Parts: sequence; C-alpha cells; structure tokens
Amino acid sequence: MNPDYVIHPLGDSAVILKWQQQISMAIHQEVMKTYYSLRSGTSSYILDLIPAYASLTIVYDAAQLRRHERIPGLQWMTAYIRKQTTTQATVSFPAPRELHIPVCYDPSLGPDITEMAASRHVAIEDIITWHSQTIYTVYLTGFLPGFPYMGEVCPALATPRRQQPRLHVPAGSVGIAGVQTGIYPLDSPGGWNIIGQTPLRMFDAAKADPCYCRPGDRVQFIPVTLEVFRQIQQEQ
Amino acid sequence: MSIAVLQQGIMDTIQDKGRYGFQHLGINPGGVMDRIAMAVANALTGNPPGEAVLELHFPAGKYLFEAPALIALSGGDFSAAINGLAVPMHKLLYVQAGAILTFEKLRSGARCYLAVRHGFSLTPWLGSYSTHLKVAQGGFNGRALRKGDKLPLRQSAQFTGDRHPETFPWTAATSHLYHQQGAVRILPGACWDILEASSQQQLTTGSFLIGPHSDRMGFRLNGTPLRTVRKEEQLSAGICRGAIQLLPDGQLIILMADHQTTGGYPVAAHVITADMPALAQYQPGQSLQFSVISGEAATTALWQQEKAVRYLQHASQLHLEKWLLPYELYRS
Repeated sequence: MNPDYVIHPLGDSAVILKWQQQISMAIHQEVMKTYYSLRSGTSSYILDLIPAYASLTIVYDAAQLRRHERIPGLQWMTAYIRKQTTTQATVSFPAPRELHIPVCYDPSLGPDITEMAASRHVAIEDIITWHSQTIYTVYLTGFLPGFPYMGEVCPALATPRRQQPRLHVPAGSVGIAGVQTGIYPLDSPGGWNIIGQTPLRMFDAAKADPCYCRPGDRVQFIPVTLEVFRQIQQEQ
Repeated sequence: MSIAVLQQGIMDTIQDKGRYGFQHLGINPGGVMDRIAMAVANALTGNPPGEAVLELHFPAGKYLFEAPALIALSGGDFSAAINGLAVPMHKLLYVQAGAILTFEKLRSGARCYLAVRHGFSLTPWLGSYSTHLKVAQGGFNGRALRKGDKLPLRQSAQFTGDRHPETFPWTAATSHLYHQQGAVRILPGACWDILEASSQQQLTTGSFLIGPHSDRMGFRLNGTPLRTVRKEEQLSAGICRGAIQLLPDGQLIILMADHQTTGGYPVAAHVITADMPALAQYQPGQSLQFSVISGEAATTALWQQEKAVRYLQHASQLHLEKWLLPYELYRS
C-alpha cells in the first residue's frame, strides 16, 4: 500500500492523515484501505477512526498512551500508523455494499426541486433523471448520526447551499449541496436543497448497526411514486 | 429504589465517559463535559472512574431520595442542600430515604456532578450511558430529566449498624486537578500559519467572551475577529473535542462534548485535553484567555492530572473500606 498521506496532530489527543485534498474515488479508496487497516489493528489507545473525503482522523486516549508507552502520543501514533499501514500485505477490505434507495421526488416532499428545474429551464423529470442515474459513493458520515455525504452529482445539478437554512428538514429528505448529495437521517435544521425524500429509515437506534449507510458504500437512488413511497413508509 | 424528580432542572442529564468507536457513523462520543468532576464524584463513592453520573446545570432540579443512598457532588458549586441544610462539595454524603436534595444558588462553575454509590440502573446504548439528545438514546430515556421521572438506583445503601453518618470526615482536594493559572492552554491548529500575525497575537494575548449560545456542543467566543492571509477551502474532515474552529466572520467556536464528528471550518488551535475540564466550568458571559504551550508540555500536564486523579481514587478507596465495612452490607 502506498501511504501517500501526511500526518498532522489535532491537538494532543488526535491526529489526522491527509491525502491530496480533493474529492476523488482513487483517493477515497486509499482512505478506506487505511481505515480498515487501522481498524483491524489491536491498539487499545485508538478510540475512534473517522474517514472522510481525503482524510482519516484518529482520536486516541492520550493519558493511557502516555501511561504505558512513556513517549509523546504523537510520536507513538505516527510510528504505529506507519507500521500498521505499510507492513500489512493485504487489508481485509469489505467489498463496498451496493445500496438501492427509493426516493420520491414529488415537490410535496422535495420543496426545492421545482426551483432547481426552473432555474435550469428543464423539466422536473430531468432533475430526477440526472440525480438517479449516477451511482454515488458514500465518502463520509457526519453532521448527524448516519448522514451520508455522497458524491458527486453531475455538474448540471451542483447547487450551492441555501442562503437561509430551513429550521426543519424532515428525516429521509434527500438534498444537494455543491457537488454533494445526502440524506437527512433525523429531523433537523438544514441548508441543503431538498429534492425528494426516501421512505427508508436512514438511522434506527434500535439496531446494533443503526446507520443505513456507511463510508465506502455505493448508492443508487430509485425514483418512486408518492403511492409507493407511502406504501414503503408503512411497511417500515 | 430510585431518585424522584420533584422539579425539573434546565438541563440535567445522565453522562459517562462517552461513547467511542462510532464516530465513523457520525455518532459523536458525548459524555461528561468535566471528566475530572466525574472521576472525583465516582472516586468518593467508590465507583469506577467512568461510571455514569448525573450532570446538572444551574438551575438544577429538585430530587427526592426514595431509598437511602451514598452520594458525592463535584464540579460546579450550586450550594447543594439536603432537607434545607447546606451540604459540602467533594465529600461522601449519606442521604436517608425521604431526603430532598436541592441546589440553591450558583456559587461557581457551570456543571455539577452527582454520583451515587453503585450507580444508576439504566440501559446503555452502544456501550455507553451518555444521553444522546439528538437521537434520543442513552441515559434516562434519551433525554434530560423531567418532573415525575424516577431515576432507578442499582442498589441502595445498606447499613447494618445504628450509626447513620451524614457526611464522612474527609474531603477530596480538587483544586490541583484543574489548571489554575487563568489562561486556557492551547496548541496551534492547522490554520495557525495562515493567521495574520496580529491575529496570532490576538489569540494568545487577547480576551474572549463566552457567548450566550454556548452549550454542550460548543462554546461560541466573542472577540476581535481573527483574519487569515488567505482563504482556504476545506473538505469536510473528522474533527475532535477541544478544536477551536475559525468561522467565516473571524469568530471562534470551541468544540465541546456534543460536537459534530466532522467539520469544514479551518482550525486555529486546540485546547489541550488537560484543560477541557476547567474550560467546561466556564459560564456564558465569562471572559477567557489562551496561552500556547508545547505538545510535550500538554502531554505532561495530562499525565500529572491523571496521576493525581488516580491517587485520589486510591485514597478514597482506602477510606471507604475502613469506614463502610462495619456498616454496609455488601450484597454483590
């Protein structure tokens, strides 16, 4: 594996591995390989690993590390990360899951889709086609528990965040921000442009694995009618 | 066998050391704002250092003990009283069944912690008792305590003798566990080098006011706006507690316990881990100063703090064994 990253400290209890800062499938693959390679490690000092577009944040227990290793945390972590990511010949890397997520693009559920079509002088159906024909990668989950940041939408769909964020965006809402698309897992305030809603529960606290999406997943949206939307919603 | 809420506080939640291992899913660790106060209250009651405690903000709730309990209070001083009589902080207290615990006046700090010997009987979510308000999980029904709630105890205090001490004759010394020099110590962050020289100066010598919208998620600071020599577009990346983000208007926000797992704002600096407990006790409206130290000094400070907490735990354990054995019927 090519450890093509730079390690920076984030204070005294975390470090960040940074690759070239751009949204790219190839770079994200490196991030995920490194993520899984460190996840398979046995260091009890590591509390959290947070993969993102082109970085991996590692939160560690600085007090325990200092207690047992007697060298500065940053120095120990740097050596550990280098060793863990270069000595492993193969990383057990789960194949990305392919998720099909039904979305109803009816303007009653996607309040910004009408404006988005109008500003581009196209029909709402065109927006639906553009959004649903791309297969997206989940680059990271953040902002809210289970909120998948996916990319990239086709250039014609890219839209800046709303000037005025909404105070209430319902759970399941599918939105666009810049070249990213994402799904609100919970009711929340939010500034993304909402073009539809999925009836699936993106976050279910009762499950051992409460998030529907995880970093690395491949997602395709399947347009459904309001009727089907309601039907799936009831079955949930 | 529980503690009943007679009157609701503004924000009384169950917290523990936090829920780690799920940040890749966007689930933040949460946990107590002041881990030193949690450790002290737990040490006094003989609990493991990370046992779930009740985190109180002022005005705090009014509590009725339906069973006898051994408790300890640490952190912010809210002038606690049992049946109207003032009780001291940082001490083991015996509370009889029927006693009412109130918090009269905010004397110092921002968060007070209540530990009960043997802990609360609750169901963890993803391995932690911390209350996650956003997803309404963990703690007590995933929310802040309300009037009428009954917070169940794992075990009540069982005494075999006649003596029912109200307070025990020792007090945990806590001042040396917190940084006392006034300034919150920081390490430079990723955007430190692109701060204008005057802004670097402002960050290390200026005063910042803790804004009114500061909460468990973050402390918003008001001060002279900081400027960078160039704007840097950031891709969202994993972030951590204590990070001091620079907002587009030049103001700062310090990420606290309930911070988001990822962020896109540049980071000017990081509060060192050893000073997060002291910072957690600041109130909105208070002013704050920063001083830069080295990474090595930050580690040393954390290590000294951890050692001091551990000594306190051992000392407390010795006292507990000596004093409780004759009275308490161990049932476990």
